[in-house]
Amino acid sequence: MPARERDFTAPTVQLLTPEGELRATPEAEAYLPLVEALDDATLQRFYRDMTVSRRLDVAGANLQRQGQLALWVPSLGQEAAQVGSAHAARPQDHIFPSYREHIVGMIRGLDPVRILSLLRGVTLGGWNPEENGNFHLYTLVLASQTLHSTGYAMGLQFDGATATGDPDVDQAVLVYYGDGSTSQGDANEALVFASSYQTPQVFFIQNNQWAISVPVSRQSRSPLSLRGGGFGMPGIRIDGNDVLVSYAVTRRALEEARAGDGPSLIEALTYRMGAHTTADDPTKYRTDAEVEYWQQRDPISRYRTWLGGKGASAAFFDEVDEEASDIAADVRRRALEIAVPTREKMFAHVYSEPHPLMAEQAAWLDAFENSFDGDAE
Amino acid sequence: MSARIDEEVRVTDVANGASGLDTPSATRPAEAPAAAAPPVDSPAPAVRGVQTLSMAKAINAGLREALLGDDKVLLMGEDIGPLGGVFRVTEGLSAEFGDKRVLDTPLAESGIVGTAIGLAMRGYRPVIEIQFDGFIFPAFDQITTQLSRQTLRHDGTLSMPIVIRVPYGGHIGSIEHHQESPEAYFAHTPGLRVVSPSSPHDAYWMIQEAIASNDPVLFFEPKSRYWPKGPVDLDHSGLPLHASRVVRQGTDVTLVGHGAMVATLLQAADIAAEEGRSVEVVDLRSLSPIDYGPLLDSVNRTGRLVVAQEAYGNVSIGSEIAATVAERAFYSLEAPVLRVSGFDTPFPPAALETEYLPSPDRVLEAVDRSLAY
Repeated sequence: MPARERDFTAPTVQLLTPEGELRATPEAEAYLPLVEALDDATLQRFYRDMTVSRRLDVAGANLQRQGQLALWVPSLGQEAAQVGSAHAARPQDHIFPSYREHIVGMIRGLDPVRILSLLRGVTLGGWNPEENGNFHLYTLVLASQTLHSTGYAMGLQFDGATATGDPDVDQAVLVYYGDGSTSQGDANEALVFASSYQTPQVFFIQNNQWAISVPVSRQSRSPLSLRGGGFGMPGIRIDGNDVLVSYAVTRRALEEARAGDGPSLIEALTYRMGAHTTADDPTKYRTDAEVEYWQQRDPISRYRTWLGGKGASAAFFDEVDEEASDIAADVRRRALEIAVPTREKMFAHVYSEPHPLMAEQAAWLDAFENSFDGDAE
Repeated sequence: MSARIDEEVRVTDVANGASGLDTPSATRPAEAPAAAAPPVDSPAPAVRGVQTLSMAKAINAGLREALLGDDKVLLMGEDIGPLGGVFRVTEGLSAEFGDKRVLDTPLAESGIVGTAIGLAMRGYRPVIEIQFDGFIFPAFDQITTQLSRQTLRHDGTLSMPIVIRVPYGGHIGSIEHHQESPEAYFAHTPGLRVVSPSSPHDAYWMIQEAIASNDPVLFFEPKSRYWPKGPVDLDHSGLPLHASRVVRQGTDVTLVGHGAMVATLLQAADIAAEEGRSVEVVDLRSLSPIDYGPLLDSVNRTGRLVVAQEAYGNVSIGSEIAATVAERAFYSLEAPVLRVSGFDTPFPPAALETEYLPSPDRVLEAVDRSLAY
């Protein structure tokens, strides 16, 4: 009996080569007009945001090593996937992050110190999405947010807040998760619900090749983008280290979602250049050669080459470096000033409505702590 | 299935405000037409009076009121549309309100709860039906790590008005995973509220109050009590959602339970009365938070307490009640608080369920032990 065909492949859509040349792959040609429509300021903004993200990673890791953060979650190497897709969303769209999308939050107007307050251990949330560019809270239980995003998108449909034909009003949802999360039941149930209800939604998988120490080959034997088709929605694999294709493909997918054409799935091939978190040690499970391979495909250097070729000046790059350093220094300074919450915060918002246990226990703790006041000196 | 309990006793107690907590609910949707009354466009009568309904019909009527009263209320679940749910609790609602208000979802419990959270973020008030008690666990993660904590994470700027209806408990002779009592898992979880009605009247009002609550509520429906009929006062709730209530007054010993167990306790009290013992029965109604006031008042009078539940006894609602009553009524107690529970085994094959489930006789055995001190 002949072996069955087991060739699962998907083309990788790319606009910008690792060498920094704009040379669309065949599948990418349709996206070129979206990039050609971008003005210089926007193109420069992409570079700035990627640089800020990388600089913030250094600051965050340092703060953690100095005992100022419980944990830092780096995005090193994933800047293009995040920055391109984030700029594809419109202000009215809703974004459901995982917990690594710091620059996405900043692009939506979130003060990164809010994220640091979560990682510093002073809050379980940190911001109100409605006041921060519809950038929802981080979710630490993997893939839980995929279902929340799908439910939100169902609500947009029920409200008639999408597919009206007015792109300035129509809303869509963009949800981020990772290659490890694709194995979670919730990620798969979200695809089922999204397809069933034809939600206005884009699933954006950052395939950074590693779920802490386990390679993506343990999660899937076929390209993750192929999973879209299995659930009844388009799936597309992109070079996630190409900020232009990340922008253009996400832009198109969100436009289709807003227009009522249903959900789609994007797999962005990228690489986690650093550790999973500051608690991780990647030298124990991956090779220098692999890291070297991905260094050759760095998202920022290729984009810098291309921007330089288009005429961006050395002064521009210097200015961005300085601005990124200033932002990182400012974030660091303010992170050290984050106040410790008062103990009432433990009880205050467990419920929306009064609850006898919260009242009793808050009062008891107050009385207990106050009983030591005389001994404090 | 048994309809022996005297429903009249409880509704009389409601009318009399037996527990002293007869505050009408402030939260029920106003001006909704009578539940079982005819078409939507007929004028709503000022006084709707008392109807005799089964608990299943009473919940159906309560859901209908909630759907009429607030267009953000949605029903979600498996087979709840044209079929009306496997217990027919949502019968007719899909036809009346359409498939945008009554959603037959894909068959995935975590997906149902997870998408309901997203819908609540968008301002909806989803009411979920979990088909059977033993099938809630695929959603356990979304309920305990997400639903229960969203309000806290959002510093109170986001409410989670989601109701999860769970038909639960034994006495129906069904197969594995269809007769369980998992309420303690949820009562143990901060951020959730957990209630369980024991009568059609309470079911009618409590489902509406749960839907009106801005917190997530696990609504445990004792499925063995779905079909016995009882009076439902359509004009007066009688009690707030989280109040417990004395449903039978007595002087010698207090029995406390919730859901279907209340019927068993009332049967036990009848038998005890024939033997010359006066037994008080307290219906908890709310399992989180627990309203200890009426229970402690009762124990302070009788000096003896037996807690009964279908659920496993180990680390259970009954354990919590025993500990709390021992702390707060220590000097009133004439005997240790005794528990009558399901055994600490998985719910057995239905052929053994009558031995597994606390019966009036097992409750009376505990009453005898209590009175022996």
